[in-house]
Amino acid sequence: MTGVLTLYRSSIGKKVIMAVTGVVLVGFLIVHMYGNTKMFYGPQVFNDYAAGLRDLGHPIFGHEHLLWVMRVLLLASVVGHIWSATVLTMQSQKSAYARGVTKVKRYEKKQRRTGYAAYTMRFGGVVIFLFIIFHLLNFTFGVAGYSAGEYIGEQGGVYNAYNNVVRGFSHPLVSGFYILAMLALGLHLFHGVWSAFQTLGLNNEKYTGTWRAVAMLVTAIIILPNIFFPIAVMSGIVHL
Amino acid sequence: MKLTLNVWRQKNGGAPGAFKTYEAPHVSPDMSFLEMLDVVNEDLILRGEDPIAFDHDCREGICGMCSLMINGAAHGPVRGVTACQLHMRSFSDGDTITIEPWRAAPFPIIKDLATDRSAFDRIIQSGGFISASTGSAPDANAVQVPKNFADLAMDAAACIGCGACVAACPNASAMLFAGAKIAHLGFLPQGQAERSQRAINMVSQMDAEGFGSCTNIGECSAVCPKEISLDVIARMNRDLIGASLKGVEPTGVVAVPAK
Repeated sequence: MTGVLTLYRSSIGKKVIMAVTGVVLVGFLIVHMYGNTKMFYGPQVFNDYAAGLRDLGHPIFGHEHLLWVMRVLLLASVVGHIWSATVLTMQSQKSAYARGVTKVKRYEKKQRRTGYAAYTMRFGGVVIFLFIIFHLLNFTFGVAGYSAGEYIGEQGGVYNAYNNVVRGFSHPLVSGFYILAMLALGLHLFHGVWSAFQTLGLNNEKYTGTWRAVAMLVTAIIILPNIFFPIAVMSGIVHL
Repeated sequence: MKLTLNVWRQKNGGAPGAFKTYEAPHVSPDMSFLEMLDVVNEDLILRGEDPIAFDHDCREGICGMCSLMINGAAHGPVRGVTACQLHMRSFSDGDTITIEPWRAAPFPIIKDLATDRSAFDRIIQSGGFISASTGSAPDANAVQVPKNFADLAMDAAACIGCGACVAACPNASAMLFAGAKIAHLGFLPQGQAERSQRAINMVSQMDAEGFGSCTNIGECSAVCPKEISLDVIARMNRDLIGASLKGVEPTGVVAVPAK
């Protein structure tokens, strides 16, 4: 137990928290993407999927029990991910923005010799966080992004998720924001997935190309379908 | 060659600094970057001005003293060389060159372009060594090291501790340095006994010094004059995670003097 505490106290330990929670969240993203493909099978299948999530693990788990276990795990992962990122960012900025007595933040713009994705992690993370809040207010609670009367909540155990998705993505601004957020998430994942291997000490010169390819594959598997959902609604492939 | 230099001048760590512009009218393309600065300094001394202070020692790329941020890149535009081994032929006639010191809170400025890098010494002091009674000199091949491990250890040991990694890092993190030092001893049989303790101690010292945290960008490796790979950071992470879970506690943290 003291070992876990020693790890937690170090900067690398907080990076480990970021990597492990990141892996949990990537797992969620893959399942979430897969679930959404059910919209192509029509309202019945998609609405049954929404209802089925509540009875996940039935009959071993009661109604919504396993769903809540997963929600708590996800929330803990999001909190842990953001918390460790914030603590490490503060530590890094203290080290890097050595204003000293000069009041000059940096003398000169530093040259960049590496890729773009790594530099967007913090800004991209904020965009993704704001997106998650909007996403929940939008599809989960139906309080944002809809015209009056468009969103239909649960009606006696029947879910109208299909209606809500189609009507939600019919708003070009909503769809546009989803697509932009997915591009930000794509950059975050491309660097983040590879970084998780590096942080957990599973990387070396021999495997780094493989892990980059895995990162690109995971990003493509999550982002391409996610971008296609709003496009499918707006182009009429998925309709009421 | 005729060059214009934009040099950071700062009297000491407590005084405010500013860029000053100097003309360097007679620069030979065969000069090293430091020789060019020597010529500028000669001229400053003749004019009765304070010469530009910069760190240097061996001038053959192996001591790690020279530490110049040249046009926003640690050690300048050429990969895999230190500033002392950078030659003026890498620049063009009429160029304006901006020269700054390393930039990180744990590297306070002593004067102008010279920074205090004792933080690195304290990281080494906390665990970058092997403590074994050696007695008289052993036979050269008494402890056998497989060739590939010897090579990897040597690659990591090539680190000269100049601090370019910290200067280039957007997070001012010292993980490439600490990783190189941990990997260098960790690849050798003599380094195994203290491997866990070394990782814990050196990382604790690195954190205590106030260095930032790695976000796996790779600017450090791109500017490293010895081209140390990011692998050493992954290895350090592996060593640290293993050591922590074994319950090893930091022991050798050296007091950080107030700045």
